[in-house]
Amino acid sequence: MGEQSNSSFEVDLGNLMAFDPHFQFSSPPTREELVRESIQQGTKLVQAIADSLFSLTSTEDRDGPIVRLPPPTTRLPREKPLPKPRPPTKWEAFAQKKGIKNYKKDKQVFDEQTGTWKRRYGYDRVNDDNDVPIIEAKMTDEPGQDPFAKRRADKKQRVEKQEKNRLHNLKDAAKVGALPSHVQLAATSLPITGTQVAPKKISKDELGNVAGMAATATASGGKFDKKLAGEKPLKHDKKYRKFLPVVEGSGMGSLERQQTDKILNKLLSANSHNILDVGKAVNFYNVKKDKKRKHQGKDQGKTSSTSSKSNAKKSPYKKMSKKGGSSSFKGKSK
Amino acid sequence: MLHIKTPKTGRARRELKKIAPKLVETGKKSLILHGTKTSNVINSVLTEIYHLKKDNAVKYTKRNDNIRPFESGGETSLEFYSLKTDCSLFVFGSHSKKRPDNLVIGRTYDHHIYDLVEVGVENFKSMHSFSYDKKFAPLIGSKPFFAFIGEGFENVEELKHIKEVLLDLFHGQVVTNLNLAGLDRVFLCTAVSSSKVFFTHCALRMKKSGTIVPRMELVEVGPSMDLVIRRHRLADESLRKQSMKTAPELKIRKEKNVSRDVIEGKIGKVYIPDQQVGSVPLPNKSKGLKRERREAKTKGEGKTHVDKKPKQQDS
Repeated sequence: MGEQSNSSFEVDLGNLMAFDPHFQFSSPPTREELVRESIQQGTKLVQAIADSLFSLTSTEDRDGPIVRLPPPTTRLPREKPLPKPRPPTKWEAFAQKKGIKNYKKDKQVFDEQTGTWKRRYGYDRVNDDNDVPIIEAKMTDEPGQDPFAKRRADKKQRVEKQEKNRLHNLKDAAKVGALPSHVQLAATSLPITGTQVAPKKISKDELGNVAGMAATATASGGKFDKKLAGEKPLKHDKKYRKFLPVVEGSGMGSLERQQTDKILNKLLSANSHNILDVGKAVNFYNVKKDKKRKHQGKDQGKTSSTSSKSNAKKSPYKKMSKKGGSSSFKGKSK
Repeated sequence: MLHIKTPKTGRARRELKKIAPKLVETGKKSLILHGTKTSNVINSVLTEIYHLKKDNAVKYTKRNDNIRPFESGGETSLEFYSLKTDCSLFVFGSHSKKRPDNLVIGRTYDHHIYDLVEVGVENFKSMHSFSYDKKFAPLIGSKPFFAFIGEGFENVEELKHIKEVLLDLFHGQVVTNLNLAGLDRVFLCTAVSSSKVFFTHCALRMKKSGTIVPRMELVEVGPSMDLVIRRHRLADESLRKQSMKTAPELKIRKEKNVSRDVIEGKIGKVYIPDQQVGSVPLPNKSKGLKRERREAKTKGEGKTHVDKKPKQQDS
């Protein structure tokens, strides 16, 4: 039913794939025909792949012949981005410069002291610092110094230096984006609320304030301490409370009067629009007016429709003023 | 502040290393899941695909209402699952009136959706409905052959896409050393029309022929179905370029300046730049001249300059 194909199949040996671009069904096939034809064509294609596959050089293994497949020709996309090459560590850069080569070390080292083979590291190791019983004093040693403590302190320093270098190397790698796979930076992972918060950067002004506060936290309030170069004087170095003089005059002295006047003016100015409730006043006036009109209307027989209209106009005004009043009150309560 | 988090156990460290991106990638894992509603057909399709890929597939049994791969917000759940299971291929089955027996096959790059193809399944025949001699049943994990028939796979964009996706889904790993005795399965795809692909899985029988190459015989064993292509979304061009990159150290460099001769063997040319004799400026302070002058001064003031000139010319 189908046209005969040329043997120009596209064979991708690396993927064990063959593609026949020339096959066509001359008439729309039924189900059985479709299946039959497909299997027939498929057989031909697989035969073509097998031909080239079996012609490759094979090595005999106990399970069967093993061939070395060529790399596939159809490119498939990766699933993860390419890993970035790691920048050399400080030691690696130094070793490269000096030409120091890394050589393979044995696990067992001959210990001169005991005459046995001991581990290079770990339990019961060669040259263990804690095992040294006697340290001979040198001419350069000061009396009173504990050489064992000194050894321990030296080791601690070496370990700290190494840790610092390791963190520095990791930071360099993280800058490029080439962290080793088992390391994660905690700053990038989401923090759990309630535990350590990342410390925020402190500004110059804040630092200045804090330094000032620290400077005055002495017994005499920092008055007699020497000021460092660049340290600014205190913002408020006077007394915080002002007391009126004891003897002033009879009755309300002028200073006391000034004080109370000041306070009173402040209060009044802040609440000046509150003292007269405009809405209430307008309402009061309107009601009075209405009553008057009613009386006049009764006497003269006027309609009250005009008064209702004017009433409707006034109600939104009333609401607005109330709003203003309440907000100002809020401000004052602070 | 820089806080370094490292795994405390060796097992955790090994797991992280497995998940980390590699220069040369090993096989992709697949995630098989389904949406709000599925039909019997889709259920069996998903289970059979899972059986075909038992080694490197994860099958979820619960239904996922909030996954809609083709919508912009509906793929966050998928990306999360892909991250957690480390799967970069997914097969999402669903059934609705508008799209009956729907299958969405998609790939992820860096755990974000890379491309999608939506197919409808028709004329599905399960593995159990085929009767064959059990001796020839293909084993799990064997490297399959692929046969694509039809010019549609070259001309029609959707068919090209689905060809790539099917290859990615079923090809397992890229291997260099292959045991020829272990080849026992073929995936056959025929482009029936520009939107329909007949897909089937056959076992392979190698029969003795006169030559080294055995005669191949195909026996239909596996699931067979018609895939009707409904929607598809190709990958973004820049993302595609990024994902197709290979490491520069893996690029095979052509060996330059090497040629083979039958008589002489392997030969290469040595290129010497032109020697410029005569135009090289000589240093104007030659040691001998300096020494002469010094000696002349120390020896005596009687010596004249005339003596020195011939010596100068010699040097």
